[in-house]
Amino acid sequence: MHSVVCIKQVPDTTEVRIDPKTNTLMREGVPSIVNPFDMHAVEAALKLRDEYGGKVTVITMGPPQAVEALRRVKTLGVDRTILLSDRAFAGSDTLATSYIITQAVKKIDSEDAVDLVLCGKQAIDGDTAQVGPGIATRLNMPLVTYVIDIDSVDTEKKTITLKRSVENGRTALCVEYPMLMTVLKELNEVRYASLPNMILATNFKAEVWNKDDIGAEMKNMGLDGSPTAVRKIFSPPVRECGEMIPHGIEQPDVAVHNLIEKLSHNKTI
Amino acid sequence: MGYVHIKKEKCIGCEQCVVVCPFEALFMKDGIVEVIPDKCKECRKCLPACPTEALYLERRERRGQRPEHGIDVTVDLPPELARYKGVWVMVEQQDGTPHSVSWELMGEGLKISQKLGVELSAVVLGENVDGIRREAFQYGAQNVYVIDDPVLKDYRTYPYTFAMTKLVNKHKPEILLMGATSLGRDLAGAVATSLKTGLTADCTKLDVDEAARVLLQTRPAFGGNIMATILCANHRPQMSTVRPRVMSRPYKDESRDGTPIVEQLGLAEEKIRTKFIEFIPDAVAHVVNLDDADIIVAGGRGVGCDEGFSVLKELAEVLGAELGASRAAVEAGWIDYEHQVGQTGKTVRPKIYFACGISGAIQHLVGMQNSDVIIAINNDPNAAIFSVATYGIVGDMHKIVPELIKQFKDKKNK
Ligand SMILES: Cc1cc2nc3c(=O)[nH]c(=O)nc-3n(C[C@H](O)[C@H](O)[C@H](O)COP(=O)(O)OP(=O)(O)OC[C@H]3O[C@@H](n4cnc5c(N)ncnc54)[C@H](O)[C@@H]3O)c2cc1C
Ligand SMILES: Cc1cc2nc3c(=O)[nH]c(=O)nc-3n(C[C@H](O)[C@H](O)[C@H](O)COP(=O)(O)OP(=O)(O)OC[C@H]3O[C@@H](n4cnc5c(N)ncnc54)[C@H](O)[C@@H]3O)c2cc1C
Repeated sequence: MHSVVCIKQVPDTTEVRIDPKTNTLMREGVPSIVNPFDMHAVEAALKLRDEYGGKVTVITMGPPQAVEALRRVKTLGVDRTILLSDRAFAGSDTLATSYIITQAVKKIDSEDAVDLVLCGKQAIDGDTAQVGPGIATRLNMPLVTYVIDIDSVDTEKKTITLKRSVENGRTALCVEYPMLMTVLKELNEVRYASLPNMILATNFKAEVWNKDDIGAEMKNMGLDGSPTAVRKIFSPPVRECGEMIPHGIEQPDVAVHNLIEKLSHNKTI
Repeated sequence: MGYVHIKKEKCIGCEQCVVVCPFEALFMKDGIVEVIPDKCKECRKCLPACPTEALYLERRERRGQRPEHGIDVTVDLPPELARYKGVWVMVEQQDGTPHSVSWELMGEGLKISQKLGVELSAVVLGENVDGIRREAFQYGAQNVYVIDDPVLKDYRTYPYTFAMTKLVNKHKPEILLMGATSLGRDLAGAVATSLKTGLTADCTKLDVDEAARVLLQTRPAFGGNIMATILCANHRPQMSTVRPRVMSRPYKDESRDGTPIVEQLGLAEEKIRTKFIEFIPDAVAHVVNLDDADIIVAGGRGVGCDEGFSVLKELAEVLGAELGASRAAVEAGWIDYEHQVGQTGKTVRPKIYFACGISGAIQHLVGMQNSDVIIAINNDPNAAIFSVATYGIVGDMHKIVPELIKQFKDKKNK
């Protein structure tokens, strides 16, 4: 089984805030991490390798510093890591991002046939969940998003039986591979780094591919290849401040009485 | 010589300026743009590229006139795309039951189609979808496109993408909206890629620039900490997925009906590499129904303990309400996850939302701020929840909630 896992380096968004006074994004000093969902995609690929043999290749598209994301997954024991980095990639929306990653997967596939592509459910910064479906469509692979269980793999028939999570339950599907899946955190528990792998990771060098290495055309990347553009950023809107009903501390009964009066008056209740 | 300056706190690292700079004077460092002063020729190309106005030149800064929505919209559409007309809503269904977000989108789609002076159409895909087709007319569709085929019985990406792409290529709508559900986000991502058009994810607000016929799509990003307005000016259709329970459901006119436009799928089951095995419903899904509750009584860390929730439960029973909770209360183990409201829980839109002992963190607010009336009870007068409350009471919830129970009971008995 040869799996290619796509991981993204993201700011730890739980710490990104808009300064209410200046209305600007407070991002300096926010640490970078591997998108949490993608760690579970890496784990899923490693598990399949443990069970069926094969290989795990991890790719990330980003600036040179994104190599740190690859170093992190190297400590888990992945076989090959590739950084896709080029000025021309900057400013890509999800359509262009899926193009760049697809070009890379095609190149990997030409050297060593790919059975499975794994992505996270979504990146916690962009939050779109669109890159996985984009890559699958471009590669003409069956797509299953929100995977919560991988039940079995039939290496003879080349099928995977799995479950995807939907609003009010799960759907069980049997899918021919090569295929692409996007995974949820509930799929598995990410393993700990082993000491030998940690040592390997300290001295490792990721392969770096630029636009020419993957034969990517300018018109499909960056701003030219991106139909969408972010045109405005602002703090989440707050509702208009309502009415404070006094005496809640010293006379709760009066406050509650006044509240109920208002609700009845406005026919809310 | 001067050079462009950067307000680092405003930079979101989108790299749009880096790309437009003809002199390679800008580069990314730790997710934030930096300038190489010697290379900058003050050509100003980067200034309009920045969505947050993080770049500026000293002294000579100018400000242009901007329309009311604050965004300059310029369009350069190839003639074949300018012919795309009309607003489409995808009606999502499972086993013949439509998802309520589809009807919410019909309401929103109607507003947009009226502003643009075009028709509102619904798309219904599935097997035996006659009833849903009729409902689509009742919720205001002027046309309903239908593909009714056994292959479409249960949702699978490929056949649905095939069907939707076929309809769009044939009938050419300028806008296509879907619910931001597990089905909608899966399908929209695949359809947009096969159509090579733009897609905006999980929108919470839609507006339209009538002159340019461009959709202004607003969505949360960075885990709800910021909002972004996104345009797809030069590709058609403009596609968005829209979060459920943010828009209101329109009036249903039971007397309406119409003749659907029926198309054939033309895809054999053998061509599909994904087989549907079964649907396994959640055991608890029907027990907690925050989606349809008119009133929700929610508690947070301020509830303090398990027993605190029994008191809230009593209030909920008196009011015929459902119980909600903040993540802090769920994590404390006082109440099940099924009750959690917010970014990683449910988005709700009841007529009345009682927030008791909830501070009002942004991740909680995004899940409930569209409620019609919000009543906040908190002992901290500075709690953020008061900024979204219709009515606020500062006080100890352990005194106020029992008082609410007592007085609502009295009122009921009268
Ligand atoms: C505020 C804001 C809003 C945006 N909104 C939109 C929008 O609505 N539509 C749009 O088209 N673009 C949008 N973008 C651009 C979008 O964020 C980028 O295109 C980004 O490169 C990929 O999207 P994502 O982060 O949402 O990834 P997702 O689609 O959420 O990522 C899903 C998975 O794809 C894989 N993946 C994603 N990026 C990479 C990568 N660089 N390298 C390797 N694997 C990767 C990972 O496995 C990840 O888990 C927005 C950007 C910003 C800053
Ligand atoms: C990625 C991410 C996703 C998240 N998703 C969610 C989500 O889906 N839903 C969610 O709710 N949170 C979510 N959170 C957590 C969120 O940031 C807050 O931590 C959480 O909402 C706080 O819950 P709380 O208001 O109950 O607790 P606190 O913030 O601790 O507030 C308790 C409040 O109770 C008041 N209080 C205390 N005693 C009393 C009393 N006797 N009477 C009256 N008032 C009293 C206090 O003044 C205080 O305001 C998420 C966080 C992250 C980072």
